[in-house]
Amino acid sequence: MSTRTEPAWIRRALIGIALSFLALFILLPLTVVFMNALNKGIAIYLKSLSDPAALAAIRLTLLTALIAVPFNLIFGVAASWAIAKFDFRLKNLLITLIDLPLSVSPVISGLIFVLLFGAQGALGPWLRAHGIKVIFALPAIILTTIFVTFPMVARELIPVMKAFGNEEEEAAMTLGANGFQTFWRVTLPNIKWGLLYGVILCNARAMGEFGAVSVVSGHIRGQTNTLPLHIEILYNEYNFTAAFAAASLLAMLALVTLILKSIIEFKYRAELAAAGKFVIKMENHV
Amino acid sequence: MSIEVKAIDKTFGTFKALDQVSLKVATGELVALLGPSGSGKTTLLRIIAGLETADCGEIFFHGDDARGKMTKDRNVGFVFQHYALFRHMTVFENIAFGLRVKPKALRPSEKQIKEKVHELLKLVQLEWVASRFPSQLSGGQRQRIALARALAIEPKILLLDEPFGSLDAQVRKELRQWLRRFHDHLHITTLFVTHDQEEALEVADKIVVMNKGKIEQVGSPEDVYHNPASVFVLNFLGNVNIFHARSSAEHKSGEKPAKMYVRPHQLIVSRSPLSENSVKVVLTFVNLAGSIVKIDAQSQKGEIFQVEMSQEEYRALKLTKSDEVFLTPKNIAFSEYEI
Repeated sequence: MSTRTEPAWIRRALIGIALSFLALFILLPLTVVFMNALNKGIAIYLKSLSDPAALAAIRLTLLTALIAVPFNLIFGVAASWAIAKFDFRLKNLLITLIDLPLSVSPVISGLIFVLLFGAQGALGPWLRAHGIKVIFALPAIILTTIFVTFPMVARELIPVMKAFGNEEEEAAMTLGANGFQTFWRVTLPNIKWGLLYGVILCNARAMGEFGAVSVVSGHIRGQTNTLPLHIEILYNEYNFTAAFAAASLLAMLALVTLILKSIIEFKYRAELAAAGKFVIKMENHV
Repeated sequence: MSIEVKAIDKTFGTFKALDQVSLKVATGELVALLGPSGSGKTTLLRIIAGLETADCGEIFFHGDDARGKMTKDRNVGFVFQHYALFRHMTVFENIAFGLRVKPKALRPSEKQIKEKVHELLKLVQLEWVASRFPSQLSGGQRQRIALARALAIEPKILLLDEPFGSLDAQVRKELRQWLRRFHDHLHITTLFVTHDQEEALEVADKIVVMNKGKIEQVGSPEDVYHNPASVFVLNFLGNVNIFHARSSAEHKSGEKPAKMYVRPHQLIVSRSPLSENSVKVVLTFVNLAGSIVKIDAQSQKGEIFQVEMSQEEYRALKLTKSDEVFLTPKNIAFSEYEI
């Protein structure tokens, strides 16, 4: 226990300010979302969610996450492995590049793909000649989502892998384990909570991404609208109940993510503490 | 199995970790690689295990070229400085690991694995910790489990990196003797890295003294202690005093200044000068705790001398702090001309 030196009123004031902010910026908007979604009754709420356009948006969002998350899972493990366990030239460049999607505005991320694959883009004529549609279609949505969620897993894993070091893998090799056995039996069990944590953050971002996807999607209702885009269209059409009903789904996703994240963080810290290592401060990206 | 390395070079960036290192270790020998940190001893050990690749040079295990072999195929038991036990596995699973990852055709049955693990736990005298996790063990216990794990694959060579480095003094001493007995019992060719000369002198059959990526001397503990090949070896294997002498008698070259290196217990303390090499000093510190008396003395020029003698000798001389006495070298460990 740390010794408390601040007077009681300062403590109360600080806690008060923190709680008021929490209420104002998180609880209040959440309540508003659910109130608006349900203000015409549960029947309307369910009906606006089972609308074909809404269902198509939900399907597209799930499909996008289903492809983007595993891709970034594999990339994240590979990249963090390379960065944490090997020394090579251009390592810092790789780290910077991995972080790039976080520092670039999502709209720019989307525009990159338009400039690459769009009708006037670098690869546009070739794609058109071969009848491949990327922009304003599923491929662009998935590519953009992969791009914006690129850092999520790798960023979580790099500090974990660095903290664990190389020794256990080396020990496994001296005991006769091959590369796969070493990864599966030694590395993966050590990084599993960090990995899961990264996957959950990656999934939340993949499902919730608006800006970048908005640029490349084309907003074709029932075809290229993800859930966030669907919400925007409904809202712009003054269809508030349906908009908030869809928004409530994303809000629930956020809540589930938050709960899972807390559980994993707890497990993860306990595991690291048991291993006698220092607890890595987890960065919060949500 | 014997080990032979020939003309190994290893560079990390601009740092030359190993410089033309050649070494032979005979079957069943217990060899200490002794040197300060940065002398390349751990790098040499890692190259032998295949965890590091030499820039050039050759490695032979029992006459067979080992360079093309991956770490996993070298059948070398390696004990890491910080043990590197698998923290998510129990002690049992840690020791069983090497058996479980064997190719299916060679993998022992579950029953055989169980027997083998218990046999090894018995060998390291830790049968009761099988179901514990590494975090629940003391440093000394972890060390022994790491050794048991390495032995599970029945290695022909055992490599230990600073095996007692992170243990406290008492456990260190115990484990040191235990390792010696253990080796006498198993006779596996063993190479261990240490920076502690006492450890090397006490445990090893043969000591390889390393400095700045080169081997300074190879020899038995008596050999390296009594006949050091260089000032570095002399210094590294214990305290030493320097006498400056104009040694005309020993060297024909006449009046060339020479340095004489003398161990603290090889000094005669007297009230009057005994020879032209005697130095007048003042006793600045006397430590009577222990089996021998340790004395620090300072000459008029400010040179510090360390003297060791038995309690009996000390009492016979009736010495006390601040006494003025003369030191005369009894046995010169090493001498060289001053540059």
